[in-house]
Amino acid sequence: MIPFDFEYYRPSSVKEAADVYQALQAQGKQPMYWSGGTEIITMARLNEDRPGAVVDLKAIPECNVMEYRENDLIIGGCVTLSAITGSNLFPLLGRAARGVADQTSRNKITLGGNLCGRIYYREAVLPLLVADSRLVIAGKGGVREAAIHEVFRGQIRLEPGEFLLQAVTDRDFVSLPSVHVKKRQIGNVGYPLVTLVAVKKGSRIRAAFSGVCGFPFRSASIEQVLNTPGLSAEERARQAAGRLPAPPLTNTEGTADYRLFLFKQTVKDAIHALEGR
Amino acid sequence: MNVLESASSNSNAIYPLEMEVNGERRWLWVRAAETLLHTLRDHLGLTGCKPGCENGDCGACTVILKGLPMKSCLMLAVEADGQRITTIEGLKHSPVQEQFVRKQAFQCGYCTSGFIMNGHGLLSAHPDADPETIRLWLESNICRCTSYEEIHGAIMAALAANKEGGPATGSS
Repeated sequence: MIPFDFEYYRPSSVKEAADVYQALQAQGKQPMYWSGGTEIITMARLNEDRPGAVVDLKAIPECNVMEYRENDLIIGGCVTLSAITGSNLFPLLGRAARGVADQTSRNKITLGGNLCGRIYYREAVLPLLVADSRLVIAGKGGVREAAIHEVFRGQIRLEPGEFLLQAVTDRDFVSLPSVHVKKRQIGNVGYPLVTLVAVKKGSRIRAAFSGVCGFPFRSASIEQVLNTPGLSAEERARQAAGRLPAPPLTNTEGTADYRLFLFKQTVKDAIHALEGR
Repeated sequence: MNVLESASSNSNAIYPLEMEVNGERRWLWVRAAETLLHTLRDHLGLTGCKPGCENGDCGACTVILKGLPMKSCLMLAVEADGQRITTIEGLKHSPVQEQFVRKQAFQCGYCTSGFIMNGHGLLSAHPDADPETIRLWLESNICRCTSYEEIHGAIMAALAANKEGGPATGSS
């Protein structure tokens, strides 16, 4: 049970959402945008989030699209993870989405919520990072589009009052040879020790990771070593482990040492899978 | 009053709600911060959906919304405005219920309604579910008595019976 009250608004257009958020902000109500809302409910129960108002984005048509327009696959921020997996429009994203939480929860968790949430695994972002997707962002200044690498660096970095409207992915990336591996402590539901998403574009491997450090990442330095000719897969994995952007995590899921072990194993397996050896 | 006007005036955080629950249209007023689980239990007396973890982990509170299982602890009641909801009270001799009895797929029974609603959703959405789909769906619920073998058997039997002829009916 959530131990405090908040106000609830369900705008039906992008402009209305941005305007109502701004009005609530001006009234000091510390509003939060709401998509699936699962994480906000979880955090609010623990008094870790205490919005005075929430702005539910699900009635905004642009937030619910999932379709190709010419060469772009457009997925709205309020599309659920189970819908993404079920559509199979972006199979790698579908596999990454299927690794989050459990099937019933994925009927509520949305792409926008997963990318913008506080829980730092945010695994649905990984296919978007390797695909160089663009994010469509809305706010009081209107709608803008930005490269995902500009807006998502470890976590989403939006201006106050902005929200994620859509993710846009070039059709050419959707069907690349790909690997998705999620290693957990136990079972098939739970947070990752290591999640790897990798694709092969031309002769080059692209890879993004979650669970290894305290944020999801794609690293140019790691990709450089993954694509160094003449090195064995094992040696590339070993060198990649030395190029992590931050110290590996130690938490209840596993220790840093165990994560490093799994990271190297997972990278090696991914190289073998993508290079056909 | 439009959304922006109401943002300037609304401060009581109580909202009107209209839902169709188990075939009956229901009108009530709820706190925006109230989860669907507590609205169903405390306002409508539908105590078949159980508060377990209230954190989206256990699935004991599962209901059917838009034809899919939904953890009612992970949803605000106001989000269900205008929606059609089925709770365990809305099922009557459904194929999954029948098989739970036949296979004795419960011990203490606290998780049972959640598992049945999930299984009912599976039967409706994927009447030809393959083993991987069944595994994925059943991972959404936890049974502390560990009756998983019997629960899995009941779902498999309901799917098999459904394929042999009877439609997946039983909801009001």
